[in-house]
Amino acid sequence: MTNFISLQTIVRKETTRFFRIWTQTLLPSVVTMALYFVIFGHFIGSRIEKINGFSYIEFIVPGLIMMAVITNSYSNVVSSFFGAKFQRSIEEILVSPTPAWIIIFGYCLGGISRGLVVGILVTIVALFFTKIAVHSFLIIIIFLLLTTVVFSLMGLLNGIFAKKFDDVAIVPTFVLTPLTYLGGVFYSVFLLPDIWKTISLFNPIFYMVNGFRYGFLGYSDTPVYLGFFILLILMFVLFLVNLILIKKGVGLRH
Amino acid sequence: MNALLIKDLYKVYANVNSSKSNQTLEALKKISLEVKQGDFFALLGPNGAGKSTTIGIITGLINKTSGMVKVFDNDIDLEWEEARKLIGVVPQEFNFSIFETVYNIVLDQAGYYGVSRKIAKERAEKYLKLLGLWEKKDSVSRTLSGGMKRRLMIARALLHEPPLLILDEPTAGVDVELRRGMWDFLIDLNKNGTTIILTTHYLDEAELLCRNIAIINKGLIIEHSATKNLLDKMERHSYIFDLQKNMTHLQLNHKTKLNSKTNFIIKKIDPRTIEVDLLQNQNLNDLFTFFKKEDLEIRSMRNKSNRLEELFLRLVEEKSSVKS
Repeated sequence: MTNFISLQTIVRKETTRFFRIWTQTLLPSVVTMALYFVIFGHFIGSRIEKINGFSYIEFIVPGLIMMAVITNSYSNVVSSFFGAKFQRSIEEILVSPTPAWIIIFGYCLGGISRGLVVGILVTIVALFFTKIAVHSFLIIIIFLLLTTVVFSLMGLLNGIFAKKFDDVAIVPTFVLTPLTYLGGVFYSVFLLPDIWKTISLFNPIFYMVNGFRYGFLGYSDTPVYLGFFILLILMFVLFLVNLILIKKGVGLRH
Repeated sequence: MNALLIKDLYKVYANVNSSKSNQTLEALKKISLEVKQGDFFALLGPNGAGKSTTIGIITGLINKTSGMVKVFDNDIDLEWEEARKLIGVVPQEFNFSIFETVYNIVLDQAGYYGVSRKIAKERAEKYLKLLGLWEKKDSVSRTLSGGMKRRLMIARALLHEPPLLILDEPTAGVDVELRRGMWDFLIDLNKNGTTIILTTHYLDEAELLCRNIAIINKGLIIEHSATKNLLDKMERHSYIFDLQKNMTHLQLNHKTKLNSKTNFIIKKIDPRTIEVDLLQNQNLNDLFTFFKKEDLEIRSMRNKSNRLEELFLRLVEEKSSVKS
């Protein structure tokens, strides 16, 4: 019961936080994605031929939703956790009997919630530009949830190691954004030259976008189960690493 | 029962100087300490002595290098969840979110300790009212004054009603009136059964509030006893006397041995002020007899400095000189 109340408290605090500052947390993604839909989907997309039988805007919508979900679940956890470290309010939890796994669950549920809320908002915006087909609702939900969990855990890892605000910005700018753009959001990797196709297969975000897109279009560049297992493995590994680090007090205790 | 038992607690900080990667600092050198249940205990020491490190280890914010700590017989390594439930901590630095309201800060803290929202709300009202913060419950914490922030941290630490409350410099930067208010609050809390451990730079505070005292210096406990016993160790008390009239007939040099029988050491501060050192075997009656004989009218008298402060400085200096 103690752990449940503790978890409830962290989740309430995390969700209240991003709803309270919605102009910084929810609105930017919606505006950015609306611009992507207008420019890439409508203006440029109308001049691009169909990809595997789908119009360009239909093809990129799942990838753009996923891009917003990835960015938001990651940045929610990293900014909140580092913010708590910076203000030392993380000590409120560290002195309490809250176990490390509850801290991880709590912060990740915050990240998952923001990822899902932004995902829904971006989907609603997308509906203004194109119709959205659903091939498998189950696949969509599975990939959406696994992706938010994995990127929340990555955000937490970044937050644990971050010592200054620069450390919070480095990973999203220099790792996450390039991997997302090169992860097949705007194209099918099978349209790429062989060398880039091979490189893309080492990008985990490619499998997330691919699986998610399959849920909408029923089209996939690689087997969907591959993406599912990669996400599962990433989730368990990241959870374990975070658990060990928080228990040891890395970046948190002297 | 011991509220706190520390045995051979040792802490080394690695890489204290980033430019010299192998430089370490021994913050605690196998200290041992006992605090009985119901005690009002002071942990005193100069800056960097190891007070905050000790508190950090007890509360789980600092990893110890070796040694054992038990809170009401619960080992902080083996039964850490139980041990932490029993401790409330008021740190030296403000460590709450500056974006949260007072009410949310205390409610969330209760939540981390597994206190249900319903009970937490009742307790929040009780403690915020007791500490004069109820009117400010919807204020964002960054808008509070320094004294209010300190009281907020005390209220926050009490929401799970811990039997052991640890306060690290709770009255630092607080005005006199508020300090006295806090003392009354802490005295009441202690009377109601809460064991209190206090670190403070105000030694009058420790002397007034605490029944037992430990003095830590350079990572070692150099004194650990009842406040009264500690004060009895004082060999000399210095008093300042303000005179009614200018002293004209007595010729006092820098230090004058006034009377071979009583052996008082008297120092003239100015024509209306004198300082007298009184040894433990001397008494004030003899001194007043002397004043009467010399026709010195005393307007007021006071301790030169806080008694515990004198003793503290002497002990710290002695131990340092012995070591060097």
